[in-house]
Amino acid sequence: MDYFAQQLINGLVLGSIYGLIAIGYTMVYGIVGMINFAHGDVFMIGGFIALISFLVLVSVGLTAVPVILLIVLLVSMAITALYGWTIERIAYRPLRHSFRLAPMLSAIGMSFVLTNFSQVSQGARVKPVPPIITGGYTLHEGDGGFVVQLSNIQIVVVITTIVLLGLFTWLVSRTRLGRDMRACEQDQTMAALLGVDVDRTISMTFVIGAALAAVAGMMYLLYYGLVDFFMGFVAGIKAFTAAVLGGIGSLPGAMLGGLAIGLIETFWSAYFSVEYKDVAAFSILIVVLIFLPTGLLGRPEVEKV
Amino acid sequence: MSSAPILALENLTMRFGGIVAVNALSFTAQRQQITALIGPNGAGKTTVFNCITGFYKPTSGVIRLTHDDGAQFEMQKLKDFNISKQAKVARTFQNIRLFPGMTALENLMVAQHNALMRASGLTLIGLLGLPSWRAAEQSAIDNAVFWLKRVGLIDRADDAAGNLAYGDQRRLEIARAMCTGPALLCLDEPAAGLNARESAALSELLLSIRSDHATSILLIEHDMSVVMEISDRVVVMDYGVKIAEGTPREIRDDPKVIAAYLGTDEEEAAAVMEAEA
Repeated sequence: MDYFAQQLINGLVLGSIYGLIAIGYTMVYGIVGMINFAHGDVFMIGGFIALISFLVLVSVGLTAVPVILLIVLLVSMAITALYGWTIERIAYRPLRHSFRLAPMLSAIGMSFVLTNFSQVSQGARVKPVPPIITGGYTLHEGDGGFVVQLSNIQIVVVITTIVLLGLFTWLVSRTRLGRDMRACEQDQTMAALLGVDVDRTISMTFVIGAALAAVAGMMYLLYYGLVDFFMGFVAGIKAFTAAVLGGIGSLPGAMLGGLAIGLIETFWSAYFSVEYKDVAAFSILIVVLIFLPTGLLGRPEVEKV
Repeated sequence: MSSAPILALENLTMRFGGIVAVNALSFTAQRQQITALIGPNGAGKTTVFNCITGFYKPTSGVIRLTHDDGAQFEMQKLKDFNISKQAKVARTFQNIRLFPGMTALENLMVAQHNALMRASGLTLIGLLGLPSWRAAEQSAIDNAVFWLKRVGLIDRADDAAGNLAYGDQRRLEIARAMCTGPALLCLDEPAAGLNARESAALSELLLSIRSDHATSILLIEHDMSVVMEISDRVVVMDYGVKIAEGTPREIRDDPKVIAAYLGTDEEEAAAVMEAEA
């Protein structure tokens, strides 16, 4: 039971990170109908920017941890958002009215560009950081000596995710930008005819998605204590899986899918084998797609007239 | 107030490959009048609308719009969102194009994007929730509520637009177009599928939009009772060309119009075509 509880905590933390990335996939799919395969690498870029800004802050002698974390969060969100905006501007917008596969191919290309750019500029080795948030709570001490622990970093990850998710839900459901985004999702031509600048709204979607990916990148850095140029690939594919599992285009679905993938992966590693955790995650995806082709919360696609 | 007509089409031609959908069409729509564009199916009416509202780039010709203050726009050159933002032209569709997944109120709020965009200072002020923004948002909501009441849908404000009855969706689409604050309102068959009582209510609504809201209307309609009742001028098209123009009374008695609608034998049709050429 203790072992189960510990794995549940670990799974929820991992799932939060996947969920944050998955939102970027699902938003972009909802509004432009393409899979942004470079999004995993945007997450990786977010991790690197968090690392770099962390090192810069420490080297100028800042020591207050909460201040450092806040600055790192804002800086990595801002710069990664700029990456997201630029990627859309140069790699996707020119191809928007091209044939359907063109932006997807461009996205795969962009993914390679970002991976290699990071490898060349940051080196191929794994970059570790010392633990920044330490300590934690012992929730329960079992008879066999097994201890259920909730570390501070886990609390930070989960709380940050919940806060961002709340903010983001508010943004989409209550603000003008959110209304414009939903309008563009349903009928871009009509939205334009009502005066909505569709290009700008799509750019904002990429910016928000990238900012959330940056938060995920930073959380990954804090949680695992390392980043490397290739981490965007597997994490990106997992988050994409999460988005599809939850029902692509659905925002709560992306979060739910993220949590599901995180939990499946953690429990599989804990009870069966670590080597096959990816196999487990993707097998579940296949099974779900056979029985629920639109995912857990997805709506069947309605053909537009 | 400018004396130029609100909308002037000059030799508008639209070709799709070998098919000439609209051929050297010229007509004007006067300020604060209701101008009806009628003609048999396939005459090219909707193509004209699509050229005016930027869906098609015309093969040749000029579509000139003149505001009350004299500002002029060539519609065929405007970028899509500027058709509403700068030229202040709004339209509805033959097959209704609401945002089905959004509520009736939200549909009307999206239509006030431009006013809110100005107030939100490129999003930032809006996110901070400053008083100026809140006032702008409140006035947008008031305006939306006004139009919901005007078209009798205030009780359905929070229902998804896609769940409304057909006639309600038609009226909501007109309300949404009016929320953009248009100088020219283009309506593509607003009475299609409405019963007699609903058509009468529609006629009343359009007349009030013309006189109470200082909006000029360009109307495509097959329901002749609506056209004859509310139009100030009627333009008749057939096979992509204008075959008649005048007051509803003149149009009703025009033999060419009767021929176009009722059909003619081949000889007569040839004579009509020759007269046109």
